[in-house]
Amino acid sequence: MKVGVVTFPGSNCDYDSYTAVKHILKEEVEFLWHKSTDLVGSDLVILPGGFAYGDYLRAGAIARFSPIMEEVVKFAYSGGMVIGICNGFQVLTECGLLPGALMRNHHLRFSCKFVYLRVEDNTGRFTNACRKHEVLKIPIAHGEGNYFYHDDEVRELEENGQVVFRYVDRTGEVTDEANPNGSLNNIAGIVNREGNVLGMMPHPERAVESIIGSVDGLKVFESVRAACVQVAGAGGK
Amino acid sequence: MSDNKKVVVYVRLKDGVLDPQGVTIHKALIQMGYTDFVSVRSGRFFELEIDDSGGDIDRKIDEVCSKLLANPVIEKYVVEKA
Repeated sequence: MKVGVVTFPGSNCDYDSYTAVKHILKEEVEFLWHKSTDLVGSDLVILPGGFAYGDYLRAGAIARFSPIMEEVVKFAYSGGMVIGICNGFQVLTECGLLPGALMRNHHLRFSCKFVYLRVEDNTGRFTNACRKHEVLKIPIAHGEGNYFYHDDEVRELEENGQVVFRYVDRTGEVTDEANPNGSLNNIAGIVNREGNVLGMMPHPERAVESIIGSVDGLKVFESVRAACVQVAGAGGK
Repeated sequence: MSDNKKVVVYVRLKDGVLDPQGVTIHKALIQMGYTDFVSVRSGRFFELEIDDSGGDIDRKIDEVCSKLLANPVIEKYVVEKA
């Protein structure tokens, strides 16, 4: 598996993602500069966390117009796997690869802590290494993670099984207290209809070693690796 | 004197979309004793100066608003010509 990690001016989780892939997963990884238009043959592109272009205007609003994003959008439309983490999720909603929008946290504070996520669907490319309804402990660090979408459209997302992660308490119950930002239906992560683009506010790349509190984030990357092997086995990308 | 065209764009959240900033400002007003203020909605505005010699400027302004200045999923905008 080859992974490309996009670096926008203001990205600050690009090294976390790079380290997780290279040193923990032990897979090939390269940084992709925002001005580049070459995805260097990546099987997976990660849009990392941070404050791309200072988050001016709205989080992700300017980043979506950078040269690399044009290639990432083409890559996604041709079936390539893309993960947007935190700020990366905001970029994916701004550029239309994922539906909805991420608004200011309902309490208006920046929230940095471990949360619990329930895996709502374990059949997809990003969660196949998880059990259904498995509870993962993964940290969040954001001020604008309040997922919003209009009622009818959210219903459609839910019916299509596009909601893959939901904020829960440690026993796996969906509660208001477990929702760190006011997200609709406790939504923490969604995929596109085709299932090859994932956006999530929590940081799986920061939960890959027990010494930093959790290894649950690895399961997202291991799922992608399994999906890559499966695609290669089927005889092509 | 420049004869560039000037417009102001107001961007605000759509009705029904929760505005936590507005709610918090409203709470502060109540706490300050301004209990006759019933609600607050926040937003932002942009002043654009445009050289309109290229023409078709209304369409361009509209594009700029919907592609960049506002996120049509949650926001609406009004263009005010100076």
